[in-house]
Amino acid sequence: MADRRYTKTHEWVVVDGKTVTVGITDFAQSQLGDVVFLELPSAGRKLAERESFGVVESVKAASDLYSPVAGRVTAVNDKLTANPELVNSDPYGDGWILKLELTDDLPSDLLDAAAYKQVTEASAH
Amino acid sequence: MPYLVHTEEDRASMLDSIGAHSIDDLLVDIPESLRIAALDLPDGLSEYETMSQIASLAARNRVFPDRLTFRGGGVYRRFIPAAVAAVTSKPEFYTAYTPYQPEASQGTLQAIFEFQTLIAELTALDVANASLYDGATAVAEAAMMAHIHTGRNEVVVAGYLHPEYVEVLRAFGEGRGIKVRQGTTPGPKTAAVIFQQPDFLGLLVDAATLTENAHAAGALAIACVDPISLAILAPPGEYGADIAVGEGQQLGLSPSYGGPHVGFISCRRELVRRLPGRLIGTAHDKQGRRGFVLALSAREQHIRREKASSNICTNHSLCALAASVYMTYMGPNGLRQVAEVSFKRAHALAERLAKLPGWELAFPDRQFVNEFPMRVPKAPAVVRKLARKGILGPIEVQRWFRGLKGVVTFTCTEVNDAAALDELVAALEA
Amino acid sequence: MTELLSFEKSRQTANPPRLPEADVKAPDPSQVLGPDQLRKKAPGLPHLSEPEIMRHYSRLASMNYSISEQFYPLGSCTMKYNPVVNEVAAALPGFAGLHPYQGEDTVQGALELMWRLERALCAVVGVERVTLQPAAGAHGEWTALRMISAYHRSRGDNRTEVLVPDSAHGTNPASAALSGFQVVEVKSGPDGRISLADLESRLSPRVAALMLTNPNTLGLFERQILDIAEMVHATGAMLYYDGANLNAFMGICRPGDMGFDAVHMNLHKTFTTPHGGGGPGAGPVGVKAELVPFLPTPTVERTNGHLTLDYKRPRSIGRVRSFYGNFGMLVRAYAYVVAMGGDGLTQASRDAVLSANYLRKQVENDLEMPHEGPCMHEFVASAQNLAHEGVKALDVAKALLDRDFYAPTVYFPLVVPEAIMVEPTETESKATLDAFAAAIKEIVAEAKSNPQALHDAPQNLPVGRLDEVAAARRINAYLQGLSEDPVLRWKGGEK
Repeated sequence: MADRRYTKTHEWVVVDGKTVTVGITDFAQSQLGDVVFLELPSAGRKLAERESFGVVESVKAASDLYSPVAGRVTAVNDKLTANPELVNSDPYGDGWILKLELTDDLPSDLLDAAAYKQVTEASAH
Repeated sequence: MPYLVHTEEDRASMLDSIGAHSIDDLLVDIPESLRIAALDLPDGLSEYETMSQIASLAARNRVFPDRLTFRGGGVYRRFIPAAVAAVTSKPEFYTAYTPYQPEASQGTLQAIFEFQTLIAELTALDVANASLYDGATAVAEAAMMAHIHTGRNEVVVAGYLHPEYVEVLRAFGEGRGIKVRQGTTPGPKTAAVIFQQPDFLGLLVDAATLTENAHAAGALAIACVDPISLAILAPPGEYGADIAVGEGQQLGLSPSYGGPHVGFISCRRELVRRLPGRLIGTAHDKQGRRGFVLALSAREQHIRREKASSNICTNHSLCALAASVYMTYMGPNGLRQVAEVSFKRAHALAERLAKLPGWELAFPDRQFVNEFPMRVPKAPAVVRKLARKGILGPIEVQRWFRGLKGVVTFTCTEVNDAAALDELVAALEA
Repeated sequence: MTELLSFEKSRQTANPPRLPEADVKAPDPSQVLGPDQLRKKAPGLPHLSEPEIMRHYSRLASMNYSISEQFYPLGSCTMKYNPVVNEVAAALPGFAGLHPYQGEDTVQGALELMWRLERALCAVVGVERVTLQPAAGAHGEWTALRMISAYHRSRGDNRTEVLVPDSAHGTNPASAALSGFQVVEVKSGPDGRISLADLESRLSPRVAALMLTNPNTLGLFERQILDIAEMVHATGAMLYYDGANLNAFMGICRPGDMGFDAVHMNLHKTFTTPHGGGGPGAGPVGVKAELVPFLPTPTVERTNGHLTLDYKRPRSIGRVRSFYGNFGMLVRAYAYVVAMGGDGLTQASRDAVLSANYLRKQVENDLEMPHEGPCMHEFVASAQNLAHEGVKALDVAKALLDRDFYAPTVYFPLVVPEAIMVEPTETESKATLDAFAAAIKEIVAEAKSNPQALHDAPQNLPVGRLDEVAAARRINAYLQGLSEDPVLRWKGGEK
């Protein structure tokens, strides 16, 4: 099982060679509430590390999505068009958002599960 | 003192509960140096004295009778059915708050949902919002939509768009680095081409071609339209425009020295996410009952904060309600009748005016609906002469367009009866 | 109770309204205009008779709560009584019948009213001039920021940032961004008041302005406002006042004296113009001398008793709307100010502060109070103490609707979890306040004995809680072309 890493802005990333899968965490989806829409880029778009690439919307909130890595978008989860609720029900599986091909090294400051847990405990109220 | 409810006993009792001696005890956080002894305003008055003062201010204004008003320029005298005021003066409508608690606001929400449908139908576009402040800010908001949608930062104004709308467009654009160019040819930097139909002079423009040319350049086409004219003229949806905007004052609102009136905006499906302001949609409760709610709130400023496409927090709900009542009262046949009668009276008047010595249609090859430009000798004297006879005459457009010296625009609606036209012509012939 | 849409009741064969005939010899539009200029398909407006229309709207009206019938304890909204005489004033033909392009000599009364209202607002907030042009609060806010931007640019000063407290209302950062500024948040301390330390760290030559409301969104007076003003001005930045909470201290103190350079006001809050179900309102902005040249055009000027509109303002930010402002709302606000006078406005604020503190005291053991009193004209409580029972601020709000009260503001300010913001205003009787407190106690008790009842609220209204998530998903399906039900309008053939 591939190792999952996290960002402070609540994205997760799983690395498989040069391909990287990105989504939002369980904590993020529970904070947002029921997801109703995602504004996502098209395949081919180049993203810089930490660049904002889209928005995830619920009825009461809209959060920007930030790319954890520098890469080129190779796939977008088009199931999310008709079923945005997959982000809530299966944030780490069927609710994945993007696949990217790395164009640079992985950032060194990606968090492991323990470090990310600390982030969520600090921000939960 | 008027409108205050507490007696001295109430105040004493409340202070006692709080454990304070006087209200000043509650104001401890305010630094002494900021405390003022009193406001520099006269003391309050009785209702009788208040209304006397207000009435004397009203009496210092001159109101021209509807039927002798021939001035337009964005605000028009129309027949307003009694039903409109009967509905908007219901306290449940006019003193209601914004419908954030939908279960307690179904009256407002449904009425405005109907407004959205009426405007979408009138403009033949997919979705309309719950209204904006006025036609001018509606134009500006549409330009912002186009800027965000295309990523381009130039807006082309084609032809005679209401000069005050252009001013507002420029003011809004400055804050976002958007350039406004008067012209007819869109370019690679153009986010949108904006035109008015009929234009500020009342003349019809070639909306279809303007729309085509905008699209050919990759820009959006924004049509600023007269809602009553849409009963007879091709609406924006029929010629492929992307966004329709306009001023809804003619739909049941009195002139009221320029406000409050109501702006409207509608657009194609693809652009709906960019719409500013409020949107109302249908929803259901656990029992399956249909209700109405504020929808797509994630676009709006209270959620997106600095990323919102607009900061608009309100709509002109009560004015939109008036417009709804008006459009529902008229129905498609009534609205058509209003537009046709206005058309005929204006054309009859234009023909008679063109016979006056030295008078001519300023643009004889162009069509109009019920507002039209005449070129006349000594325009200021004409307006003054009419005023002396109790007639509110045409607008001198030279005030905004230096190239249109001696040009004035006349408006004719269903309230200018045939006898009023006779009086106008007689006054001019004298 | 339900009411179909007008469209659903429409019958094609209904008689159109009787309207005058043209009575002139002139061609039909179809005889003059080309086929491509004419409408091909008639608009789908409903066909209804007048009795059906009046019945329809009366039934809709009965499905609304309104301040004429229910108490609205909405924080930062100042839902006070809307004097009925103001409606009479605004409807006078001498006001309602004025065309905005009439010559100035025919509208001296209207201009005089605007001038007098401007003078009165200057006196209340302590500024030099006021623009009455903005149509709404957020509109006024944006107008003020544009003036501040123009001021800095006129001095060759390129300032790109605006500071906004983290407790601010969403329009603040939105307006700032739309004025071309970058928004930087300033932290508030545990009492909701601005952290001076954080403010100091954010101030720099890049900052154009700090936006503040006072009292803040927790109903607490910024005690250190004079220090704040000094710090801000020392760096050459300006201080902007959000007038949402002006009802707290009319006649007691003035924003102008606190050092605010631009003072925004809401006529539909502090000055009783009716909310109309979401507008129209008016958002005048007062300014100190440095900002006067940048006021929107035209301004109203008075010389020897004669009033004129001044268009010769070369440094003005231009127009922010057509014509002169929401004149009908200006009439209402002016009538209120005349009736109340300086003494009445002062007592109004004093009573507003008294009522808020009284009500706070009545419920202080039922809800959590995150900050110590006294408060000013509003207070923020928290439903966090009900979290154990799984009850949220939203449930409390809906339960209040069932008890014939409109709900307070919930989930704002964001800095307080499960926030409930309450502003009673001065026009609610002690009996009403007591009844509200009793309702809160009943709801808190029910949270412990039967929380499900609160989750099911409201039960007594035309509809229960509506599934906004399902609605949003249906809308997004339509917007993405996956469905033809627009949801945002009625469409022929569908419900």
